[in-house]
Amino acid sequence: MTELALAAFAAERDVHVIRAPHGRVFAMFARRFDEAGYLARLQRGGVRWLARSDDDFPPLLRAIHDPPAGLFVRGAAEVELLRRPAVAVVGARSCSPYGAQVARMLGRELAAAGLVVVSGLARGVDGEAHRGALESGGPTVAVLGCGIDRDYPAAHGELASRIRATGLAVSEYAPGVEPAPWRFPARNRIIAGLSAATVVVEARERSGALITVDLALEEGREVFAVPGEITSALSRGANDLLRLGATPLTSSDDVLELFGLEQAPAEAVELGPAADAVLARLRDAPASADELARATGLDAGALASALTELELAGIAVASGGVYRAG
Amino acid sequence: MLARTVTHALVGLEARRVEVEAHLQRGVPGFAIVGLADRACQEAKERVRSGIASAELEWPVRRITVNLAPAGLRKEGSGFDLPIALSILAASGQLPRERLADHAAVGELALDGRLRPVGGVLALAEAARQAGLPRILCAARSAPEAALAGIDPVPVRHLAEAAAYLRGEGEPEPYVERNGHPPEPPSLDLADVRGQERARRALEIAAAGGHNLLLAGPPGTGKTMLARRLPGILPSLTPAEALEVTRIHSVAGLLAADRPLVTSRPLRSPHYSSSVAAIVGGGSGPKPGEVSLAHRGVLVLDEFAEFQRSALEALRQPLEDGVVSIARAGGRAIFPARFQLVAAMNLCPCGARGDPAAECSCSPQRLASFRDKLSRALLDRFDLVVAMPRPRAAELAAAAAEPSEPVRGRVAAARERIEAGRPKWSKEATELLDRAVERLPLSGRGRARARRVAETIAALAAEPGVGAEHLAEALAYRSPTELGTA
Repeated sequence: MTELALAAFAAERDVHVIRAPHGRVFAMFARRFDEAGYLARLQRGGVRWLARSDDDFPPLLRAIHDPPAGLFVRGAAEVELLRRPAVAVVGARSCSPYGAQVARMLGRELAAAGLVVVSGLARGVDGEAHRGALESGGPTVAVLGCGIDRDYPAAHGELASRIRATGLAVSEYAPGVEPAPWRFPARNRIIAGLSAATVVVEARERSGALITVDLALEEGREVFAVPGEITSALSRGANDLLRLGATPLTSSDDVLELFGLEQAPAEAVELGPAADAVLARLRDAPASADELARATGLDAGALASALTELELAGIAVASGGVYRAG
Repeated sequence: MLARTVTHALVGLEARRVEVEAHLQRGVPGFAIVGLADRACQEAKERVRSGIASAELEWPVRRITVNLAPAGLRKEGSGFDLPIALSILAASGQLPRERLADHAAVGELALDGRLRPVGGVLALAEAARQAGLPRILCAARSAPEAALAGIDPVPVRHLAEAAAYLRGEGEPEPYVERNGHPPEPPSLDLADVRGQERARRALEIAAAGGHNLLLAGPPGTGKTMLARRLPGILPSLTPAEALEVTRIHSVAGLLAADRPLVTSRPLRSPHYSSSVAAIVGGGSGPKPGEVSLAHRGVLVLDEFAEFQRSALEALRQPLEDGVVSIARAGGRAIFPARFQLVAAMNLCPCGARGDPAAECSCSPQRLASFRDKLSRALLDRFDLVVAMPRPRAAELAAAAAEPSEPVRGRVAAARERIEAGRPKWSKEATELLDRAVERLPLSGRGRARARRVAETIAALAAEPGVGAEHLAEALAYRSPTELGTA
């Protein structure tokens, strides 16, 4: 089995290879490669190796035209998780509050229905999708664009460890590989490859998320795009996809239908009359606390109390002083 | 030929007794000041010499040694001019020595012999009274301030006047207590702030419970306007508090001559470029910083995130303990600093976040470093955090809002209830708190904060116990995740 040698070779030479190169350099490397020792070191670091030729290797990922030599896997879940029906949720790193809210909601609802949420641990949409999945207690898979032992971005270190506690972090890169710009498009093909469907939440005109979409389309996977405001540069990419024929996503049911799943029934929450009135107004459009006060006739104190009730029930979120129903 | 005058030196806010001894001996005429006198104090030589000459008194042609005892204490400033001059005059027999024994003295001499006021007279006069001295000689402009200490001030305009008084030749024009103070300028009124009901409500809660408040939102939403109106809804200072505040402002030399007693709550708003020493106090002879000048009042930090990180972190001790202690080689100065903090900031470096009409252009890295500056520990000091989005035009056109007067009434009533004792927690409220800790990112400190704010809200509502609705409102003012690193 030379796949592990190949991955180690790529890490050492800082190159991207998926098939054993011809020539003496690799042949010598492979001859001298101590596979048992390398595996033991991986194991000490809590990392498993899943070679492309393993039976456990996710078939969807094996089916793409340039599957990685194998995956380094870290986390508490079994690698079987990678074979379960999965949805990729991707989008802009500097997303709007709307994008963050949609990503989180999708993560939560898709995971609650039993799908595996796959994303890239980046800031913005990726991170929110992971958080949403964790919120509902569902497993989620983070695909890294750097060595499996690295947490990138560093600000998501804590999120990464929460993901590993119930789900998996995977990477085609061996421990010690530094993040580099060219590795992220390569990482995106794994995100798309692992997933039967890809959802784009918010993307600028030239966004990494669109690379993921192209790869998904090449492999004939389903692509959903979340419609955005036509005036915002942040939704240009997603709206362009819609114009080109991507399926518009208006609720997580659109995705679940593809898998023949239904949304987990929401817990019935009993709301007070004030909270009900506020929610009715929030369903029309996002609003600030003061606008809600004017619309509902509540005083500032009673309104704050109603909004907390909605937030605790998980049906409203606040960002920058503006509340949205979710 | 020895004479002695008593004065006091300031160490922080504390006045220590200093005896100014003058000794004249035969020998080559000269003038030396010993006893750890700083530069301003050494220069007293020239002022005293000219002052004595201008007062048409005689400069003794002797070898003059002035000792400021205890010699180990650093003496700073120009307030020693008058006691030095009086000691020399007494030593040369121009003044009766025994008259000096029951007077304290403080003041700076002008070259023409007139007396100038110095800072910290209130603290010095208090110390003199405690030392059992019945009268204090001071500049006429300092007399109202000295009178606050309950000592009999002798207002002196000129060194000659002081000499005449001590010789018993005439009393200086006595200090007449004016018929009350001139009215203070009216404080800013809440009626000027249109819209922003939520932030107004948070301001009222902050005033009632003495909570620190953080206002976050795009520029031009009224954050600073609101912050500056907090003193106007706080109850007025008690006489003891007024004296405390006056003492600090006196040491900093900030008192207006016609209004010696500070009766309204101070409002301080240092610029964000201020140094750590300017904020918490410092200097070789420690001077009070902005946090102490805001004692019993309000410290407004506008553009909070632009302050130096070290200055923000330095705020943590005074916020926690209500005092600043500054250690120096010569000793430790403790300044009271029990202030209410109101901070205002943008939600992102470019300021567009929270503004529906603008798009934020901050890169994720820039945003991250902006947030990193506000440490969790510092954000945890704010009981109330309010995000203020830009109001729409309709809100700004709304009718005039409630003025400060009724708000101040509600705040005062709530404060009375809070002082009467802690309220009971209803079962629903306790359950809600447990649920909130589970569902929201709420730290242990965050939980305690929500409890405190809920109790204030219950007091404002004149309820005997804390209900679920009070806690729910308190939770709405928790620090939003976008300010944290979550």
